[in-house]
Amino acid sequence: MLRDATINFDTTGTPPIAAGQAFAGKRMDDRKSAKPTPEAACEQTDWLVAVRDKRDKLAFARLYDHFSPRLKGMLVRSGMTQAAAEDVVQDVMLTIWRKAHLYDETRARASAWIYRIARNRQIDVIRRRPRPVPDELIAEAETRETREADAAIELEQEAAQLRQAIEALPEAQREIIERAYVGELTQAEIREATGLALGTIKSRIRLALEKLRHELRDLREE
Amino acid sequence: MTEITHHLPDWLVRSYATGSLGHAFSLVVAAHVSQCDECRARLEAEELAGGLVLDDLKGMAPSDDLRRRVFDGLDDDDAIVAEQPARAGIYPGAVVEAMGADSPRWRALGGGIKQAILSEDKEGSARLLYIPPGMAVPDHTHGGLELTLVLQGSFSDETGRFGVGDVEVADDDLDHTPIAGMEDVCICLAATDAPLKFKGLLPRLLQPIFRI
Ligand SMILES: [Zn+2]
Repeated sequence: MLRDATINFDTTGTPPIAAGQAFAGKRMDDRKSAKPTPEAACEQTDWLVAVRDKRDKLAFARLYDHFSPRLKGMLVRSGMTQAAAEDVVQDVMLTIWRKAHLYDETRARASAWIYRIARNRQIDVIRRRPRPVPDELIAEAETRETREADAAIELEQEAAQLRQAIEALPEAQREIIERAYVGELTQAEIREATGLALGTIKSRIRLALEKLRHELRDLREE
Repeated sequence: MTEITHHLPDWLVRSYATGSLGHAFSLVVAAHVSQCDECRARLEAEELAGGLVLDDLKGMAPSDDLRRRVFDGLDDDDAIVAEQPARAGIYPGAVVEAMGADSPRWRALGGGIKQAILSEDKEGSARLLYIPPGMAVPDHTHGGLELTLVLQGSFSDETGRFGVGDVEVADDDLDHTPIAGMEDVCICLAATDAPLKFKGLLPRLLQPIFRI
């Protein structure tokens, strides 16, 4: 039954079902009218960049006000007590402050990077052992500046289209997607139920990784 | 770096991103992503989707105390941020962490084959396998899902050839016999969500002792 909720709007392959039309059109004319606009939607990313580059405490306070209720809500929904969730939120917010130098806006929006930090910390705590994480592919500040500033904006545009596509889904499908990312579905349920394809966004991030690899190589050869 | 041709299935990347994967499978995902930019991009795309959901989530008001604890912590420059160990040789950082050392503590299984158990819990187990060139990994049937990531050398079975970085996803309907390539000792990270049962090599009675 869950399988009925499977949707597929992978833009790399066959044309997607109706819900994915907006997402599938690679360069749509009405792109500028997308709601929310990319410029408005990435203010969290701007705050995080200000924390990283200027150690801006006001920007950090904004990040705290935006993310701490959401993180707490997510952690409680995925099974933690309020007290345990607040402990994790505290660790996450302090990790954001202390590890901001590792943040790369050409690969991740603020919410994506923070989502990962929250999962890492939550699982460390629940399993009482460190969550296995991929080796970091670190973007040093000097290489980051040489990359196109456009990359972050393009990533933001892809994100706006994905959000639209998710919003256009029938209620039941949208709810499955939300529950999966909130952390309410098991591995088996995800395998059965959530056919959300992320082809274009994957390609965008893949490009950013390739550029980073090049620059790290150049740096090593200098 | 040789071309990686066998990647993680989508649902596994998503299960890792959303935190619903057990330790043993998470270890394989982290180790594969460490050497595969294609799957790193897929994982980061999943996290982007997770971030979108987080952004739109109805929140839950945090206590005033939490705010104070966080802002008091900002000036604590000596705070230790826990780091996973760095990669050591063929072993990605996540594997080094699970080994608790820079190299595995191998235990002989017979026929030159060795293993090192990395983790075991009710959700599954992960171990490293050491298979001399040309040797067959004992034929085993699965009670669940098995992921095998090649860290050194290669192996081939009925489904194809797996080189460094490749991951094989074997469901319980696959009864296969992997054979190590001749070019080098094959070292793999294998994880399963069910106890492995070897049909050859070892009598069943010995299984508890060898913890297979
Ligand atoms: Zn891969």
